[in-house]
Amino acid sequence: MSEEKMSIVLFSGTVDKLMAASIIAVGASAMGKKVTVFLTFYGLMAFRKGDWQTNTRFSKDFEEMAEPAMAAMKEKNVPNWMNMLNDAAEVGDLTIKACGMTMDLFGLEMEHLEPIVEEVTGVGTFVQDAEGGQTMFI
Amino acid sequence: MENVEITKESDARGSFCPGPLMELIRMVRDAEVGDVLAVISSDAGSQKDLPAWVAKAKHELLGQEDFEGAVRFIIKKSH
Repeated sequence: MSEEKMSIVLFSGTVDKLMAASIIAVGASAMGKKVTVFLTFYGLMAFRKGDWQTNTRFSKDFEEMAEPAMAAMKEKNVPNWMNMLNDAAEVGDLTIKACGMTMDLFGLEMEHLEPIVEEVTGVGTFVQDAEGGQTMFI
Repeated sequence: MENVEITKESDARGSFCPGPLMELIRMVRDAEVGDVLAVISSDAGSQKDLPAWVAKAKHELLGQEDFEGAVRFIIKKSH
């Protein structure tokens, strides 16, 4: 639909930031942007197979919000961030890539990751993907 | 909007941003050109997001009306 791009470096693995990143990725995909999410460090940890189903990690600076926020999301049937990303992949042009350096550092292989992760790349490829578009770090 | 025949309607009340938008996109994708679709949303973000998407995707917003405290958007699939 468009040549416009949005690239997200997803460094965080806490549910609050995963939610924020996923909503932006879904919104940008829906609005016709080509979206690339580059998973590094804790962001990649959150995409280990099955981790999203048990992940209750929350930002330390708002630790007291963890319990009420998780409870509110459950009560109001807010979709899980992983399901939102699957939606984005369905309606738009969304690619999720894993940082090769983090994979090596923690001994991860593609088979350890959720199927939504398409490939392992380096930072150089990410910079190339992001060139000329908007980039954010979450 | 009494004189418009709705092909398909979805009640997305209670769904959070970007839920109603995703619902609309799915409906548009599955519809035929010329179909008129209605989405009811109670989510604050959708009040601007839905018209913005319809404009961006070059479909036609036939109208939006109050519906039991929520908003009912009526969209025509143009292409």
